[in-house]
Amino acid sequence: MANGGYDLNPEDFYRLAREMRERLRSSRRLVLMIIGVAIVVFGLISSYYQVEPDEVALVTRFGRFVRTTNPGPHVKIPFGIERVQKVPVQQQLKQEFGFRTVRAGIQSTYRKDEKTVDEALMLTGDLNVATVQWIVQYKISDPYKYLFKLRDVEDTFRLMAEASMRTVVGDHSVTELLTVGREAIAAKAKELLSNMCKRYDNGIAVQQLVLQDVDPPESVKPSFNAVNQAIQERERAINEAWAEYNQEIPRARGLAEQKVEAAEGYAVDRVNRAKGDAQRFIALEAEYRKAPEVTRSRIYLETLAAVLPNAGKKLIFDEKAKGILPMFPLGTIQEVKP
Amino acid sequence: MKGRSWWILLGLAVLVIVTLSSALYTVSETEQVVITQFGEPIGQAITQPGLHVKMPFAQEANVFDKRWLEWNGNPNQVPTRDKKYIWVETYARWRIANPLLFFQRLRDERGAQSRLDDIIDGETRNVIANNNLIEIVRISNRAFDKGEEAEDVMEAEAMRQVELGRDKLTRMILARSEKVVPDYGIELVDVQVQRVNYIDSVQAKVFERMISERKRIADRHRSEGQGKSAEIRGKKERELKVIESEAYRKTQEIMGRGDAEATAIYADAYNRNRELYRFVKTMETYRGTVDKDSWLVLSTNADLYRYLQSPAAAGAVGRIPAR
Repeated sequence: MANGGYDLNPEDFYRLAREMRERLRSSRRLVLMIIGVAIVVFGLISSYYQVEPDEVALVTRFGRFVRTTNPGPHVKIPFGIERVQKVPVQQQLKQEFGFRTVRAGIQSTYRKDEKTVDEALMLTGDLNVATVQWIVQYKISDPYKYLFKLRDVEDTFRLMAEASMRTVVGDHSVTELLTVGREAIAAKAKELLSNMCKRYDNGIAVQQLVLQDVDPPESVKPSFNAVNQAIQERERAINEAWAEYNQEIPRARGLAEQKVEAAEGYAVDRVNRAKGDAQRFIALEAEYRKAPEVTRSRIYLETLAAVLPNAGKKLIFDEKAKGILPMFPLGTIQEVKP
Repeated sequence: MKGRSWWILLGLAVLVIVTLSSALYTVSETEQVVITQFGEPIGQAITQPGLHVKMPFAQEANVFDKRWLEWNGNPNQVPTRDKKYIWVETYARWRIANPLLFFQRLRDERGAQSRLDDIIDGETRNVIANNNLIEIVRISNRAFDKGEEAEDVMEAEAMRQVELGRDKLTRMILARSEKVVPDYGIELVDVQVQRVNYIDSVQAKVFERMISERKRIADRHRSEGQGKSAEIRGKKERELKVIESEAYRKTQEIMGRGDAEATAIYADAYNRNRELYRFVKTMETYRGTVDKDSWLVLSTNADLYRYLQSPAAAGAVGRIPAR
């Protein structure tokens, strides 16, 4: 028990050491094998890559661009000698200005904060202020240029879009911006941005530039609405006046027509009556001519015979007996002379 | 014996790897490299991408970006020539055109950024301060499509003619800055004014002005509506008068014509025997005018009662008077 529990003689020690060395040698072989296999597996894995249908891949060897590969499975030289950068050339990409879509869907939600408000705020050509929200849709037309020409191609693209939109808005009045000029402004801004992309040679093709909400600044909004209201009021006043006009004029025309027709009737009536009366008189006169005295007496007596019974009071007095007349109150007497 | 050779082999391999990794370097598509030997630049910059060799340990590869690089200016508060205080935000894109010079003068991009700050901000201030606000806002003298708004609501400044315009001003900033930067191995590719905005206190005034402008426009619309409707009502009144008077004229004409014709017919007929007409008409009148309330006071001298006291004929009834 001198060695603290161990009891080992020299022979045993050498044997043990030999065994250990043997075991170590075989395990070293094992480790080497494992490392070798790992390298091969890693090499195989890192030499394979796949390109999705909406992408292309740019392959660089020691940093130098060597080829572009299309969608599908591909092989490259492993161990970082060839590297792959994938670019979504088929995708339509979108940048939003003045707002951000938080969640797209049937009912998309949007967000505005100080940053997007600053993005949207701009001066118009008549030195007014408006907030403009817009989107730009674009595609990567040249993946090589897109990757290697500019360091921050997306950020730069945003700045370019802002500069071109402000340039165009700066040449339009606030009224144009809010009403008639929208499409023209979007078209011009798109043209400007496209030209800028060509000049920057950044491999981006602008597809569409669409104005979203274009508003006067928040504190000015009510007065813009007041203008719209005033326009409505104006239209209403005019419409009401026309309604009145349309109500009264045709009726007046109708009434006028009625009066004319009535006059026409009156004239015909007069003429016909005159003709009738005249014919009657002519007939009478013809007969009268044959026996004037008798006819005259007949007419006279017939008339009196018809008239006298109708009279309420009849007073017959003799010429010689004067003095009756004054007994009657004159006001009630209707004197009829023959 | 065997173990020792192993160690030597391993040592050699490590030595080779270390030497190679120091001698070989890659230049990517986006990079360019300046080789320095103990800090001293050697030869021209390497811009060709790929695998390159340098002297190991003694030489060092200094990598610079080859792409267009960013420079985004801070918003600058600048007064324009017409004393409008505005925020101007510019951005520029630049590249390291001469990496050797760039390396010697500026060392790295941080140095470049601060130098560009000084240069571009300064030139922006100079250009903006020497021009009216309208020059940096507009690019042309394009006439606005006024639609329903009238000219009178526009501010005088906004009506001012643009002499240079935004495009020329940015080109001026670029041209002036461009002159300085080649000393630093930099090429300035583009400078753009990204944003121009009023400072807050000016903005508040502008909003006030906009409100009063809109109010004026609204008032005009309203009074225009009143004017137009009054005009329409006037037109209506006039047309009513025309219609009514025309109708009156026509009816009078027509009735007159009727009356005239009737009169002619009567005259024609009654002229045949005027006395008879008078007699017959008188008789008719008697029939029409004597009613229950009438008193008839008749003398025995009247023709009817002539025979009331004596049947002898004193005169014939219905004697024909001379025509």
